[in-house]
Amino acid sequence: MTSDVNTPHTQSQRQDPLYDELAASPEFGELRKLYRGFVFPATVAFLAWYLLYVLMSNWATGFMNHQLFGNINVALVFGLLQFGTTFLLAWLYSRFSTARLDPLARELNDRYEAGKNEKGH
Amino acid sequence: MDHQVLTTTLFLSVVALTIGITFWASRDNSGSDSFYAGGRSFSPIQNGLAIGGDYMSAASFLGISGAIALSGYDGFLYSIGFLVAWLVALLLVAEMLRNSGRYTMADQLAYRMKQTPVRMAAATSTVVVSIFYLLAQMVGAGTLVALLLGVDSQFVKNLVIFGVGILMIFYVTVGGMKGTTWVQIVKAVLLMAGSAVIVFLVLAKFNFNLSELLGAAASNSGKGQAFLEPGLKYGVSTTSKIDFISLGIALVLGTAGLPHILIRFYTVPTSRDARKSVLWAIGLIGVFYLFTLVLGFGAAALLKGDKAAEVATSKGNLASPLLAEAVGGGAGSTGGAILLAVIAAVAFATILAVVAGLTLTSSSSVAHDIYNNVIKKGKATEKQEIKVTRIAAFTIGLIAILLAIPAQNLNIAFLVALAFAVAASANLPAIVYNMFWRRFNTRGATWSIYGGLASSLLLVFFSPVMSGKGVIDGVNQSLLPASIDISWFPLENPGILSIPLGFLFGYLGTISRREPEAEDRFTELEVRALTGAGSEKAVIH
Repeated sequence: MTSDVNTPHTQSQRQDPLYDELAASPEFGELRKLYRGFVFPATVAFLAWYLLYVLMSNWATGFMNHQLFGNINVALVFGLLQFGTTFLLAWLYSRFSTARLDPLARELNDRYEAGKNEKGH
Repeated sequence: MDHQVLTTTLFLSVVALTIGITFWASRDNSGSDSFYAGGRSFSPIQNGLAIGGDYMSAASFLGISGAIALSGYDGFLYSIGFLVAWLVALLLVAEMLRNSGRYTMADQLAYRMKQTPVRMAAATSTVVVSIFYLLAQMVGAGTLVALLLGVDSQFVKNLVIFGVGILMIFYVTVGGMKGTTWVQIVKAVLLMAGSAVIVFLVLAKFNFNLSELLGAAASNSGKGQAFLEPGLKYGVSTTSKIDFISLGIALVLGTAGLPHILIRFYTVPTSRDARKSVLWAIGLIGVFYLFTLVLGFGAAALLKGDKAAEVATSKGNLASPLLAEAVGGGAGSTGGAILLAVIAAVAFATILAVVAGLTLTSSSSVAHDIYNNVIKKGKATEKQEIKVTRIAAFTIGLIAILLAIPAQNLNIAFLVALAFAVAASANLPAIVYNMFWRRFNTRGATWSIYGGLASSLLLVFFSPVMSGKGVIDGVNQSLLPASIDISWFPLENPGILSIPLGFLFGYLGTISRREPEAEDRFTELEVRALTGAGSEKAVIH
């Protein structure tokens, strides 16, 4: 099964040249750039922030064990901050995509539907 | 009322409720979209609840609070990793998957690759991951029910495992995705409500002062401040610290590769609804993990003597139920008996909802990917495909029962963490490459899936989990008999090595061959994934 060297092509048929037209449009270029421009840095940032937490739990115990008030130490606050940043980033992404990505995606989708109808589908 | 009678009554009510829901949901179950994707007509909040119901497994509810009750702060890592992981699903996977697939994880790979090899690979890893996860839930069900009913007999445990197996076959074959989703929604509501009550009662005992609760937990644990600090469990040696990192990476990257989570994105009308449902899920799951923090430290603070010993014997799994009993008024009191029974029934509902989701995922992958697209070359009728799904659900249910009965001495948390590591190593690289890398091709996809799958499983096989930990206090700490030692890989969690290997195999497979057809179709895939143009529509009633 893993050897795909000699098997004939069994890819699904290309569906519609409409996709190529859309891909070439400036709106799609813009949508792609905006999307990648948000999610790539955001992913790097939250993974680094999470990894920092894991590493510090291992090797910065003096700092993590520091008591801030009562029995609340830095480690607990750091952990709860991971919750906070997760909620925050989820909210920021939702706001960003509703305001910037969805209108572009809708417009391109409408164009696709219109193109389909023209051909009498 | 006698607490065993009460507990049994509540258990049976939960079972009756889920059976009723399944029949109710199966009324208008016709056609593949309906059977596999619930007609794609669930609302974001419904799907958000169902995702929570699918995700917050017995390992989360009983396992994490138990880990915190026993190891203090170190148990908290699970909650954080399991939550942060949702950002991967939200940012990189959910919407694009909704737009480019139909029923299974394999669909979005098959969109631009050669059908046969990628569907075989994706279906294989779907079934492997789901069975590991399934075993954990079934073993948990057997242990939990036997302990809670106060009958510690092997026969009862086997009977419970058998019963859970029959129930999950029933949910899937009769209710399909609709029935399964409603079972998960009801379970999520029960779980949140049940835990909220216990959390409220615990905090009330400490005047709603978290610091006071932590102080009591630290002193009652007998470990002092160390109980509230990282390192109690994982800080003992450099190896255990690296194991901690490995576990942390597997947790955060595994979620977005879990097949039973991925197919939930298909149950909503549009990718925007998929996004909103993940937002609901993040809110729900985040709050739930904050609850487990209180439950875990609450159990450490409030359970003393016999009860604390019982928590330790159950490896932490009984921390939440026993805590419920304690805050209800203690053993022997009516309030205690009621709360214990309620929480036990909620835990059982949790297990049922998760096993239903897993069985549906693996059997639909067998039917849709292997039977229809590989064997029948896409020419099977909807009726035939659904019939095969039902047969597959029946078979997978039986296999899970047969495997779970001898697997009862396995650690539940280990099985779940392993499922996460396998998902992160085998599935995530293929999904991410496919969506973002034009050059990625059939060979890259099969290499990354089989390579990630093989490296994670082999590393576990040669790890201390399987052999070489020796005998401590008369108990063999590894799976194989103590006389056999084949271990050479020092870590219990393979993620730190197997996840990069999964990505590496995918990279090498891709660059060692050009496949213009796959690159060509990337344009279509990307337009479709980002705009929703041509994506599967909801069934209109």
